[in-house]
Amino acid sequence: MTDSRSVLIANRGEIAVRVNKACRELGIKTIQVYSDADIDSLAVKMSDEAIRIGPAVSAKSYLNIDNILAAAKSSGADAIHPGYGFLAENSEFASAVESSGIKFLGPSSQAIKLLGDKVSARELVSSLNVATVPGSDGRVSDLSHAQVLAKDIGFPLMIKASAGGGGRGIRPVYTGDDLSRYFPQASAEALASFGDGGLYIEKYIASARHIEVQILGDGETYLHLFERDCSLQRRRQKVWEEAPATCLSDETRKGMCDSALKICQAVRYRGAGTVEFLYDTNSEDYYFLEMNTRIQVEHPVTEMVTGIDIVKEMICVGFGGKLSLKQNELKMTGHAIECRINAEDPSKDFMPWPGTISKISFPEQSGVRFDSMLFEGYEVPPFYDSLLGKLIVYDQDRSRAIDKLKHVLDKFIIEGIPTTVRLHEKLVNDGDVIAGRVDIEFLEKWLLEQF
Amino acid sequence: MSKKQIMSPLPGTFYRKPSPDSENFKNDGDSVEIDDVVGLAEVMKSFHEIKSTVSGGKIQFLIEDGDAIMPGQVIAEVE
Repeated sequence: MTDSRSVLIANRGEIAVRVNKACRELGIKTIQVYSDADIDSLAVKMSDEAIRIGPAVSAKSYLNIDNILAAAKSSGADAIHPGYGFLAENSEFASAVESSGIKFLGPSSQAIKLLGDKVSARELVSSLNVATVPGSDGRVSDLSHAQVLAKDIGFPLMIKASAGGGGRGIRPVYTGDDLSRYFPQASAEALASFGDGGLYIEKYIASARHIEVQILGDGETYLHLFERDCSLQRRRQKVWEEAPATCLSDETRKGMCDSALKICQAVRYRGAGTVEFLYDTNSEDYYFLEMNTRIQVEHPVTEMVTGIDIVKEMICVGFGGKLSLKQNELKMTGHAIECRINAEDPSKDFMPWPGTISKISFPEQSGVRFDSMLFEGYEVPPFYDSLLGKLIVYDQDRSRAIDKLKHVLDKFIIEGIPTTVRLHEKLVNDGDVIAGRVDIEFLEKWLLEQF
Repeated sequence: MSKKQIMSPLPGTFYRKPSPDSENFKNDGDSVEIDDVVGLAEVMKSFHEIKSTVSGGKIQFLIEDGDAIMPGQVIAEVE
């Protein structure tokens, strides 16, 4: 039977390539939108049809809802895949797609809106008895208010500037005396740095890992595809991801995965999604951080250990299909590691640097996957994210996966522009990384001290 | 009077002000000193200040806010 369905891919880069591939394997026609900067991109070359949606600047192309909807209508697309980033978690976009009669390959716009708002997501999650990081839930008016809250939450605490972000304006406090001393100081600093002296406080988890659960839903059936450990981060950007998280006990893993499923059930989730948790390695407690209502960059590590093609599944359920899998048929086998390859110079404070790829080669062997948008001669444009691709290795256990990664990185060549390949070469040979002795603060300290 | 040029060292998107609600770093007709910030270049979602490499008067911008720039492209001229 020939499939007459078509999907418009409202994204670019490696994820557009990934979605094109999945559609092709499903026999679905692809319509790739592009900006002026992406006319020669791999996703455009791979697609069945390509439509220009505007100039290079993303506000006028990949973020332009009207232009994307016009492209979908003129091409007669049956569905839109939003990828990640850009409009993927924009509930207005999802709602506009829904009311145009085109299928949005993701959850309902209401679910996106509810889970995308920090306050409403925390409320929902708390009502399901899933823990969130204990804190002030908003601004702390003054020192005496802070002292009352500190009694409840317990030390150590973090004082954070309401207007801060990306790790700025954060100060850990360990005692009540610390709090009395630093609270006014932090407020003054916040006022000076951000023009807003507002502070909030949160429990400080000294050695925390970022663990997230992959889920799939069709609005009736909900499955978890176990977890990923994404603790190696720089400026809150993930750099290296693994599945499974070998630090978890079976009991904690089950608790986390069940918590993720409860959230999906509560919003009748449809599509692929990720529930992110902060995991306290000392107490083994975990706290809900947020839910991402889209496909994630690091989905391949889960695909490698479960054998499930997550992108194909999300397309099928997005078209109204039902999940054919059962939870008790799913299991994790082996270990997978993903390294994000960015167009950044690690020796120059990760300065992004676009340019032309003159050479690319890596060992093609079983258990090695490179999801990317690159080809020799490709000119990486300066207008978008610096992610070029993801190198994923798989083997029967973590130590073999590490060995394979060492070998593959050694032979991995991208010439023409600086990339983060060299960072990964150093990481994979680091004793703490090899032993898995890392937390979410590890990478930034390591970069200062050892890189 | 000869004109001196300020060129972009980076490829990306050029902005004339630090944030959408702010004033321009420099307006046409202003004078500039070496190392004065004349704009921002957004390269792959990270922002970098573009500083003047020349000094002079009556700056004239050749690039609009939000336009694409390439390395070596002339952003502005001063007298």
